[in-house]
Amino acid sequence: MTESPQPVVEMRGISLAFPGVKALQDVDFRLFPGEVHALMGENGAGKSTLIKTLTGVHRPDSGQVSLAGAGVAFSSPGEAQHAGISTVYQEVNLCANLTVAENILLGREPRRLGGIDFRAMRRRAAQVLARIGVHVDPASSLGEHPIAVQQLVAIARAIAVDCRVLVLDEPTSSLDAGEVAELFRIMRVLRDEGVAILFVSHFLDQVYEISDRMTVLRNGVLVGEHLTAEVDRRTLIAQMIGRDLGTLEAIEDAAEKRHPDGPVLVQASGLGRRGAIEPFDLSIRTGEVVGLAGLLGSGRTELARLLFGADRADSGKLLVDGVPLRLRGPRQAIAAGIAFSSEDRKGEGLVADLSIRDNLVLAMQAARGWTRPLPRRTKDQLVEKYLKALDIRPANPDALVSTLSGGNQQKVLLARWLVTEPRLLILDEPTRGIDIGAKAQIQQLVTALAAEGTAVLFISAELEEVVRIADRIVVLRDRRKIAELDGAVTGVDEVVELIAGGAAPEKVVS
Amino acid sequence: MKNRLLWPLLALAALLLLNLAVTPSFFALRMQDGHLYGGLVDVLKNGAPTLLIALGMTLVIATRGIDLSVGAVAAIAGAVTCVHIGASGDAGTAFAGMALALVLCAVLGLWNGLLVAGLGIQPIIATLVLMTAGRGVAMLVTEGQIVTVNNTAYRQVGAGFVVLPISILISLLVLGLVAFATRRTALGVLIEAVGVNPEASRLAGVRSRTIIWTVYVFAAVCAGIAGLMISSNVSAADANNAGLWIEMDAILAVVIGGTSLAGGRYSLTGTLLGALIIQTLTTTVYTIGVAPEVTLVFKAVVVIAVCLVQAPKARAALSFRKVAVSS
Repeated sequence: MTESPQPVVEMRGISLAFPGVKALQDVDFRLFPGEVHALMGENGAGKSTLIKTLTGVHRPDSGQVSLAGAGVAFSSPGEAQHAGISTVYQEVNLCANLTVAENILLGREPRRLGGIDFRAMRRRAAQVLARIGVHVDPASSLGEHPIAVQQLVAIARAIAVDCRVLVLDEPTSSLDAGEVAELFRIMRVLRDEGVAILFVSHFLDQVYEISDRMTVLRNGVLVGEHLTAEVDRRTLIAQMIGRDLGTLEAIEDAAEKRHPDGPVLVQASGLGRRGAIEPFDLSIRTGEVVGLAGLLGSGRTELARLLFGADRADSGKLLVDGVPLRLRGPRQAIAAGIAFSSEDRKGEGLVADLSIRDNLVLAMQAARGWTRPLPRRTKDQLVEKYLKALDIRPANPDALVSTLSGGNQQKVLLARWLVTEPRLLILDEPTRGIDIGAKAQIQQLVTALAAEGTAVLFISAELEEVVRIADRIVVLRDRRKIAELDGAVTGVDEVVELIAGGAAPEKVVS
Repeated sequence: MKNRLLWPLLALAALLLLNLAVTPSFFALRMQDGHLYGGLVDVLKNGAPTLLIALGMTLVIATRGIDLSVGAVAAIAGAVTCVHIGASGDAGTAFAGMALALVLCAVLGLWNGLLVAGLGIQPIIATLVLMTAGRGVAMLVTEGQIVTVNNTAYRQVGAGFVVLPISILISLLVLGLVAFATRRTALGVLIEAVGVNPEASRLAGVRSRTIIWTVYVFAAVCAGIAGLMISSNVSAADANNAGLWIEMDAILAVVIGGTSLAGGRYSLTGTLLGALIIQTLTTTVYTIGVAPEVTLVFKAVVVIAVCLVQAPKARAALSFRKVAVSS
């Protein structure tokens, strides 16, 4: 972390506007060789946009980018990579149908006699993987591996070329603690080799552990650049969210523990699906927040999908209000007042090319059928109400939902279901990849909904969050329900112990 | 969104002006026996079947699908009606025949929908089945002959006039109905949602299958009406050549109109413009006297030009000043 006089990357006065959104306004940014530089900010602060401007995905409307002192204007990510800037994005952008080795060396395959030298390719891929300590067969197809491993392969791909700048956009969001430690070890090795690493993460612990310097953005504007050692968390958070710390304290005691004793709303007995989740019993009361805890691939999402009818159960039964309900698809579940907000916002949640308004009322409109359109006024009222209630920004109902930041997209998805006034709201990872302010808002919302009598099934990889918010915690391991705990008296350690018990390695399909 | 229609509109205007330059009387309209005649009326009349089929195609394409079978369905509609009419000159028989044909077309649409929505076959393959088999069905119906009829009532559909040619009125009526059915109800937005992201739509409770099924039935019925026009115009059913390659013109009209083949957002007005451009182009080929050997090349060049100016990359290359929209 020696500070050399000349930054390897220097961005000056960068501005960029999208239709309806000023994503970046006059932002300066510099990155020195041999440092880990954290880019901090809430969702929508412009972190991803700044990265994409650096890596040639977007062209700035104004401002200069220079690499090692020379002005550059990349017109594609390929050019940036050629110049030594490698990127690993938040979502894994690899080809699941190709092998690990092919993914790592895609576009720069070793050649022999005009064809691809597959043996050399596998050998080189194995070397790269060994360098970052990932033990997977380079000849296996990528799709067979869990997302976490795919993420590491993506990093291997990025460092397989000589890179001067490595951009890691939320690389840790799907990694477990061990994998994060491994990643950090690799990052330190690369840093000591003189690589400049730009790192984005919403986990403050990780940022403080790994970064040497940080740049803070808010609403597309530069707020400050600090050495990590010189700025404490509260100051940092205050800079990121730009308001007093009341919100943060509100998170801490967001949920006062209750023992809801309302009637049982949903009861599953022996519900299961082969290959997805073993038969489980579960009952959820009105006004109760039930948390699902477990590792990635432990069957959390699978369980939720059965309750919603997204997948069909092949055993057991489901009672809603004590009446058996055979779910043939999501429509019956929705009609019974069950809502499901998927963890995969992009793939299973939002309809990217439609406006915020259309996305917001989609579920309600679908339930009404196409012959009964929501009157324009009702629609506008609903949209206005929820844009305000969930603080969705920009509050322009006509903006395409794809132009929103992750946190705001999540809020639109939430709002879509809140509009239908569900009795059971299933939230799968509603706070993943979103900033602390939005996280607090969503947690408060869950608590408020429960207080009004909505039952909530809350799924999160962050155990602290589950423990804090849930009245009851259901623990899953290896696609099986292994325990049910009282949220009021359970601590994180206890849950961790249960999850770790048996110490079976994490298993994930796709 | 206006921007999206600008280029097709300019292309159409350019083509029309070209015609005006070559044939100064091109825009002239004259009334004769209460019938309106003129170059523009001809364009509309000849373009009516393409427009109808393109309307159905627009909705199919918006759901990420495609329907290659429309030409064959059009041939079947004409064949069934003509065979039913036979030697009869009776108006009732003509209407019964047309009704029969359209019901049959709806059934064919259900078949396409079954393959696509029910069995999950890729639309291009699923409709290819009927594209090839449909001609055979039409041949079967006509027993391989060109069936001619002499029925005044039937003739009206393709060649009749109520001031304007009836075929124009029918296609505009269908356009109006579709616009109403999709934009005044929630059908349009649900179709787009299914087209953009089928899985997200399913999880939001949209009846994706029913919607996909509906658009294929609608496309087939549109093709049926177009088939009636084509056959009625010549008072004959030609199983081999009626509506031949019209699916390509229809797909082209949709694409020129700015609807993406990737599904999602669609524009009926764009499709109307697209259909008009294609028909005007065909007319232009005759008026400016393009040699028959190079007709297809000429058409191809124009179509490529229209598609190019709509492509974001080509447009960026034209380097218009980027205007930041803020609203």
